Amino acid sequence: MKVTITVNGKTHESEVEPRTLLVQYVRDTLGLTGTNIGCDTSSCGACSLHLNGESVKSCTLLAAQADGGTVTTIEGLANGDVMHPMQKAFMDNHGLQCGFCTPGMVMAAIGLLNENPNPTEEQVRIGLEGNLCRCTGYHNNVKSVLACANEK
Amino acid sequence: MGGSILGNRVLRKEDPKFLTTGGVYVDDLLDEPALNGALHVTYARSSVAHGLITGIDYSDALLMPGVVAIFSGADLGLQPQPSAYNPMATRTLLAMDKVRYVGEPVVAIVTETREQGEDAAEAVIIDYDVLEAHVDLEKAMASTNLLFDACGSNVVFDSMVLGLPDNTGDAYFEGCEVVVKGRYINQRVAPCPLEVRGAAASWGTDGRLTQWLSTQHAQGAVAPIAAANGVDAAQIHVKTPDVGGGFGAKIGAYPEELLLGVIAKKVGKSVRWRETRSESMVGLGHGRAQLQYVTIGGTRQGKVTHYQLWAIQDSGAWVDMGTILAPFMTRPMSSGVYDIPNIECRTTSVVTNTTPTVAYRGAGRPEATAAIERAMDMFAAEIGMDAAEVRRINLIPKFLTPHTTVVGQTYDVGDYETSLDKALVAADYKGWREKQKARRASGDPKQIGIGVSVYVEITGGVGNGESAKVEIQDNGHALVYTGTSPHGQGHATSWAMLASEQTGIPIEDIELVWGDTDLVPIGTGTMGSRSLQQGGNAVFAVAAELVNKAKSVAARLLEASEEDIVLDKDAASFHVAGTPAVSKSWADLAVAEKAAGGLVHSDVIGVAGATFPFGAHVAIVEVDIETGKVRHIDHTACDDAGTVLNPMLLEGQIHGGVAQGAAQALMEEVRYDDDANPITSNLADYAFISAAELPSVRVVHMETPTPINLIGAKGIGESGTIGSTPALQSAVIDALAHLNVRHIDMPTTAEKVWAAVQSAR
Repeated sequence: MKVTITVNGKTHESEVEPRTLLVQYVRDTLGLTGTNIGCDTSSCGACSLHLNGESVKSCTLLAAQADGGTVTTIEGLANGDVMHPMQKAFMDNHGLQCGFCTPGMVMAAIGLLNENPNPTEEQVRIGLEGNLCRCTGYHNNVKSVLACANEK
Repeated sequence: MGGSILGNRVLRKEDPKFLTTGGVYVDDLLDEPALNGALHVTYARSSVAHGLITGIDYSDALLMPGVVAIFSGADLGLQPQPSAYNPMATRTLLAMDKVRYVGEPVVAIVTETREQGEDAAEAVIIDYDVLEAHVDLEKAMASTNLLFDACGSNVVFDSMVLGLPDNTGDAYFEGCEVVVKGRYINQRVAPCPLEVRGAAASWGTDGRLTQWLSTQHAQGAVAPIAAANGVDAAQIHVKTPDVGGGFGAKIGAYPEELLLGVIAKKVGKSVRWRETRSESMVGLGHGRAQLQYVTIGGTRQGKVTHYQLWAIQDSGAWVDMGTILAPFMTRPMSSGVYDIPNIECRTTSVVTNTTPTVAYRGAGRPEATAAIERAMDMFAAEIGMDAAEVRRINLIPKFLTPHTTVVGQTYDVGDYETSLDKALVAADYKGWREKQKARRASGDPKQIGIGVSVYVEITGGVGNGESAKVEIQDNGHALVYTGTSPHGQGHATSWAMLASEQTGIPIEDIELVWGDTDLVPIGTGTMGSRSLQQGGNAVFAVAAELVNKAKSVAARLLEASEEDIVLDKDAASFHVAGTPAVSKSWADLAVAEKAAGGLVHSDVIGVAGATFPFGAHVAIVEVDIETGKVRHIDHTACDDAGTVLNPMLLEGQIHGGVAQGAAQALMEEVRYDDDANPITSNLADYAFISAAELPSVRVVHMETPTPINLIGAKGIGESGTIGSTPALQSAVIDALAHLNVRHIDMPTTAEKVWAAVQSAR
């Protein structure tokens, strides 16, 4: 089937199998490998990206469901060499180690602040519950998100 | 101006890439020309835990869309391979006669797309004569139903074969005023790096095999890959892309990875493989899995005089690295931080029909620490003494020259009491005891629990040195080659700091090369918290030697004697002492040396041995005694890793370690049913800890440098896990101490806590 999806500001018309997941479309069809796959049960959040401005786990959606929609991935966040404030907050606060969960974590964190611009630590922790990280113990993930919120 | 970069919170050089385009993990190698048009490999796996294979039928699968080829072990002519740790145990890389755990690879399927492979795997029919499966360690030990007939027993390793004596039982404790016994389960957990296993293989026209591998040790994979392919090691080139976590489970190469070259040769095309998470949960090695019989004895005044441990290690269904962690890591650390005059420790490793066990963050030391710390708590409870005080009475006093415990392990330096004091003060231990008292008095269903642990561990026990090479490019930038293998630890930044400290070249101009066996043929990888103390140490030493070399080149160019040449680190240039106006930059020297082979130095730098980081953790939990729910509400970690290179990275290691320790203590457990079917084989069923279950961690710094290496650094990768696990377990039990609960096995889930409360009532 044919889908038309605008990804990081560019509109793509692509032929995909109906069962193609949005994450497979982004990675395999478009070659945007920043978005990662960490599980097969929608548990880990490594595939989080923004669909029509909202943070979603792209393994829980079919590419067909994003037809006509607008997608932002980690590759589309920075403005040239200038990082998005959330990217910078993760850099400044050592919010990543191996980097595998990072794109999803950053996209989810932006989604979280869009919904609640001034969260408490507990709200950040609950908000990131669906994004798993094995390296950082979440300490610096949380610190990064709070730092980003305070910057604004 | 000036001053050392070492010890500073330098932000990571590697982060902009990870944050803007994402890392390039093995599954992201889309632009690699050699993998253009590569086929996908999928493994059909055993669905039974123990059985004889009576038939394999893949005729229907062969007809499915996109299927290029299907291979059984017989099709590939696989031969049994002996285990490195017990050669009587053998297996083929694809199971042929017998399967020994659910998830064991049996058939390899080659398809055009990955999805086609998953579909075809469903159509492969494997028939079995199902055998009785072993999940229970003690039943497996006693059984004549063997996993490996040639071993003659399911016991595949015992410390007694090393000439060490058996434990002497209760007689050992005659004369002790107080004797306390425990049977502790240090449960099986899944390492769960966020990136699962993946690899790719391509034969070049030169007859060499290039294999990309998500690994912690590329150099270690060369020999097994060469053996699997029946070629000389010189024909193998292993490349490590970015690696999304390892935690010990990616040290060794697995059958699914070793077979890719063989399969690529058969189909005449490059191949890729990446497992799913559900495969990873049964295919990637598991950790811990020890059953511990513990007896502790001493005086009513709190002095421990006798300690006996029998650690029964679950090897799973192969004699892999997990087998030897109990004898070679747990046993040497059985004395912990305590001065105990009499210790007996036997270890017995047993195969069962479960996923093979391997190293996992801490690898044998968390088990040793959990055993002695739990025993200390039970001893304290028995004599009615504060848990922190019992520890203080028994700690080995501060030592700055080597100390040897009664089990024969020599520790480098230690100051355990100071770490305990620092942690207790920072945690407000006394304050929490007051709060606990008030809660108990009020009868609040939410009770406070306080757990203390003091630990020492071995780091840098793997390898006795590391290779390093520093090469100056024509533009004056440096390439640093290391035998370590970062996968989150930040070596690109840390090693640049060390090279910059010696050369004055700014860290922005220093690039790290690792994990490519053509470029770095000698390396022991990243494991056992060895990287900084061996790999970083080597970079530090080699960079210093390169400066000496550069001085001789500068002396020639400046027509001066070598002794008069100084390196101005702020300017990253060389001049004659007293005349800084005339100088030679690193670029000048590199260009001048070009004809002579370039300005480069490489060496393998040894270290004098392992190091023994130590520390103390204080965990606070709130336990709802009506529901059993545990909340981890506060955590203090004082970890002494010697001289600190980059406090930001050190803290990151501690944070992550604490989370994995808390995960084991509170939540995570790999479980099987009675027939050894896995029931936690995806991330929906496995209780992977999340941000919502953890507090932020209070890190207390303490630095007691080691004399073992030039930097004074000990390892920090695993300390957080080793210290936090017993503190958390202890805290949960402490919350119920007034109800007379003395022990709950990990993980201290709501169900177990609730049951403990009920049975105590």
